[in-house]
Amino acid sequence: MSAAQPPAYGLILAGGASTRMKRDKAQLQYHGKTQLDRVFELAARHVERVFVSVRAAQIDDPARSRYPLIVDSVAGEGPIVGIRSALAAHPDVAWLVLACDLPFLSDAALEQLLAERDPASSATAYRSAHDGLPEPLCAVWEPKAAAELEAYQAGGGKCPRKFLIRHAAKIVEPEDRRALDNVNTPDEYAQALGVLSAGTLPENPMQLKIQYYALMREQAGRSEEILETRAATPADLYGELQARYGFTLSREQLKVAVNSEFAPWSRRLAAGDAVVFIPPVAGG
Amino acid sequence: MRFRFTDTPIDTGAARRELLDVGAGGYVSFEGWVRNFNEGREVVRLEYEAFQVLAVSEGERVLAEAAERFPIRRALCIHRVGALELADMAVWVGVSSAHRGEAFDACRYIIDEVKHRLPIWKKEHYRSGDSGWVNCERCAAAPQHAHAHAT
Repeated sequence: MSAAQPPAYGLILAGGASTRMKRDKAQLQYHGKTQLDRVFELAARHVERVFVSVRAAQIDDPARSRYPLIVDSVAGEGPIVGIRSALAAHPDVAWLVLACDLPFLSDAALEQLLAERDPASSATAYRSAHDGLPEPLCAVWEPKAAAELEAYQAGGGKCPRKFLIRHAAKIVEPEDRRALDNVNTPDEYAQALGVLSAGTLPENPMQLKIQYYALMREQAGRSEEILETRAATPADLYGELQARYGFTLSREQLKVAVNSEFAPWSRRLAAGDAVVFIPPVAGG
Repeated sequence: MRFRFTDTPIDTGAARRELLDVGAGGYVSFEGWVRNFNEGREVVRLEYEAFQVLAVSEGERVLAEAAERFPIRRALCIHRVGALELADMAVWVGVSSAHRGEAFDACRYIIDEVKHRLPIWKKEHYRSGDSGWVNCERCAAAPQHAHAHAT
């Protein structure tokens, strides 16, 4: 990093409604620490100061109030509001913005992101291993993004990911492909706990049976195949197959079944598993 | 409480007989038919495709849920797969129960859940000569970023 670039502070986003998890995601525990505590401590090892982004209604929440807070100060909803509020509070610093639901986030991942940071771009973001798009909630947002985000929001924009695509953010390929896996549902939480206690990714490729239906069968040009892969989860596998076959459906539009039962995207795949991706249904 | 697929026309008389029960005072059925228009386009025929193993287990879960929610005697759902022409029956649901109210309610519950939850796909062929998978083609252009919005 050159001496000229603005310093980076950390911003942990903990203002979300956690609707899919049905409980406060910031309070989920891994190895005896809440997600919020864990991500805060991780960020604090890499930047000088770290804040927690909250909505005004959350400032008295004991899990959050013990940290330095940045309370939403601009109108609107979603993570853009938190990012803009931080840029407004400290206009001369860049922000290492982190979602609090990233249980696999590592020191190495933050080191790589900060090392590859480009202050001339609006932001430096990892490419998601799942869909190839920039990941706005594990990214460094530069001071110059403040005015651009304001204009984007004024124009009706809400999605920080679309903002990054339009504003040519610097995209970094994550060396640790799992680092950005997030946890949104009770099933994904249970899977993450299992992975964290078991430890490692598959080192050797394994064989999976993939079956395709409907639009995906047509786009893959086959009904099934035996695939040799290192994909650890259905999410990884879909990223791999989407790159190969150009599937037009995003992962968010699909469900997945493993061995003929619905499964979470973070399920650990094992050799011989049969995987089916389920596009939007239309029975009846 | 059974769910099954068929690739031949649904025999509603035989299906209804499976629901006969001396404890039932009423019976309600629903038939879904192939319609000649959808979302402003003229449809000439359909194809249904299903991931049958999972659809049957999920369909039987739906029927079991209906039996938990409503005091019914018997329920059955049959879904077509393969090529269908206009006015063909695509799905049949039947419920018998002691009283009519729960039969209506359970029948409605079953068809609604079957449409939303079972891995069944419908390809429409249009008068104009092209075709499309319902709910898959148009939405592909505007993917949702649930991940990016979740904090």
